Amino acid sequence: MSELLINIDWYEIWQATLDTLLMLGGSLLFTVILGLPVGVLLFLVGPRQMFEHRALYAMLSFVVNVLRSLPFIILLIVMIPITVVMTGTSLGVAGAIPPLVVGTTPFFARLVETALREVDRGIIEATQAMGASTRQIIFNALLPEARPGIIAATTVTAITLVSYTAMAGVVGAGGLGDLAIRFGYQRFQTDVMVVTVVLLLLLVQVLQSVGDRLVLRFSRK
Amino acid sequence: MIEFHDVHKAYAVNGQNIVALQPTNLQVQPGEIFGLIGHSGAGKSTLLRLINRLEEPSGGRIVVDGVDVTALDAQGLRRFRQRVGMIFQHFNLLASKTVANNVAMPLKLAGELSKAQIKQRVIELLARVGLSEHADKYPAQLSGGQKQRVGIARALATDPKILLCDEATSALDPQTTGQVLQLLAEINRELGLTIVLITHEMDVIRRVCDRVGVMDAGVIVEQGSVSDVFLHPQHPTTQRFVQETEQDSDLSIDENYQQISGRIVRLTFVGEATYAPLLGQVARDTGVDYSILAGRIGRIKDQACGQLTLALTGGKELLAEQQLRAAGVHVEVLRP
Repeated sequence: MSELLINIDWYEIWQATLDTLLMLGGSLLFTVILGLPVGVLLFLVGPRQMFEHRALYAMLSFVVNVLRSLPFIILLIVMIPITVVMTGTSLGVAGAIPPLVVGTTPFFARLVETALREVDRGIIEATQAMGASTRQIIFNALLPEARPGIIAATTVTAITLVSYTAMAGVVGAGGLGDLAIRFGYQRFQTDVMVVTVVLLLLLVQVLQSVGDRLVLRFSRK
Repeated sequence: MIEFHDVHKAYAVNGQNIVALQPTNLQVQPGEIFGLIGHSGAGKSTLLRLINRLEEPSGGRIVVDGVDVTALDAQGLRRFRQRVGMIFQHFNLLASKTVANNVAMPLKLAGELSKAQIKQRVIELLARVGLSEHADKYPAQLSGGQKQRVGIARALATDPKILLCDEATSALDPQTTGQVLQLLAEINRELGLTIVLITHEMDVIRRVCDRVGVMDAGVIVEQGSVSDVFLHPQHPTTQRFVQETEQDSDLSIDENYQQISGRIVRLTFVGEATYAPLLGQVARDTGVDYSILAGRIGRIKDQACGQLTLALTGGKELLAEQQLRAAGVHVEVLRP
């Protein structure tokens, strides 16, 4: 056993796992906080919706598409100066969160928009007919009705974030992916590679099944 | 209660102007059930949605209970909508909320009652529509008829004076339709609620409405009391709707009575006259003979009514007609 995993420093693995979880948690939190309103806005000003606004929708849509088409690795590097201004460092967990958030927020916002479009227009109409304000329509009808879809979107985003955190290792972010690249790949320490990959796989599995369970719990259809 | 003054509505679709509603004048009386019937695309749904401004009118004035709805600002419109209930063909319940929470929703949005008061009101409302034991279920667990009952309870939550029904029974089977219509008639009677309903089924109109408007291509082509419109349809669209409810007998439209001798008349009985033995009496008194060519007997809302097409012979036909008219029967001469 010890010979098989000869290069493994379990403390370092633990540290890296913690870093990955911190990056994941932190950036997921900010992605949801920023992406949810953007997604709602995209939905509201979208074609044939309550506040249809072609110019605004086109502009938002364009920004979202640009950010989504930028390869994440490029975004990481481009973001360095901005990250330094925001967090004081471009390294470590703190340095990784801004590019991760910028990378996934547009993606998440699009998924939220799609989830909201799935809400039956009749429900919006019924809520309007009750005399609801726009705010009330969003918080009392749209978001509760789209909740399963939004949870599914969050799950997909979290899993995307796991693979992005691995890339963030390139700019010195730390974490499991970083370990896999530096030790497993560059130093040919296959055991490190295997262990980190298995851990990442476990993480993805856990995220997906927790997400699926929550979706099921909130689906009433 | 509801007045339309030259209200019209047009949409721009791909640069083209599509008229959904021609300038329309309409009066709905307090406490009545007013039905609008028309085929899809006739503009009835637009007309209904103009009442609570889910559709903005292109012009004209809509006055509801003395309030000029067309002049309301956003806040005023919200207040107004809280006093107008609405139910829908596909129920439009929130799948994510329980039955009780769906019913409570308009009350929560209005924000006028305390939590305890809302809870109490929801219990009353669910009892009224007969769904007390389903309070904690989700809409997906209910049948169509039950969902529409939840819709009705929700629409009644804020104690509205007006209820708008958008094809409320079109997604239901005939038996459930009957139950829902009965419930609507009941709340109309007990709460004095003014109801405007739209439908494409003449049967719905016949069973619950007091007055009816028939719509075709954005125009109300005929309106009046249901018994008048039903028994003496004037406009071709109305005649077609009436015909649809008569499965095999289609006495009212262009019959060819060439082989039959005598004077052909159509008698319409409404109310008590329907069950009175008038025909025999008149025949005995005047010596007129009659043969029945076609007939139907049924109910319009709570009123019995019947219509018979007869061929009269024997010489004193005019006297017979006079006696029938005197007894309250409407007589139309189809062929002298």
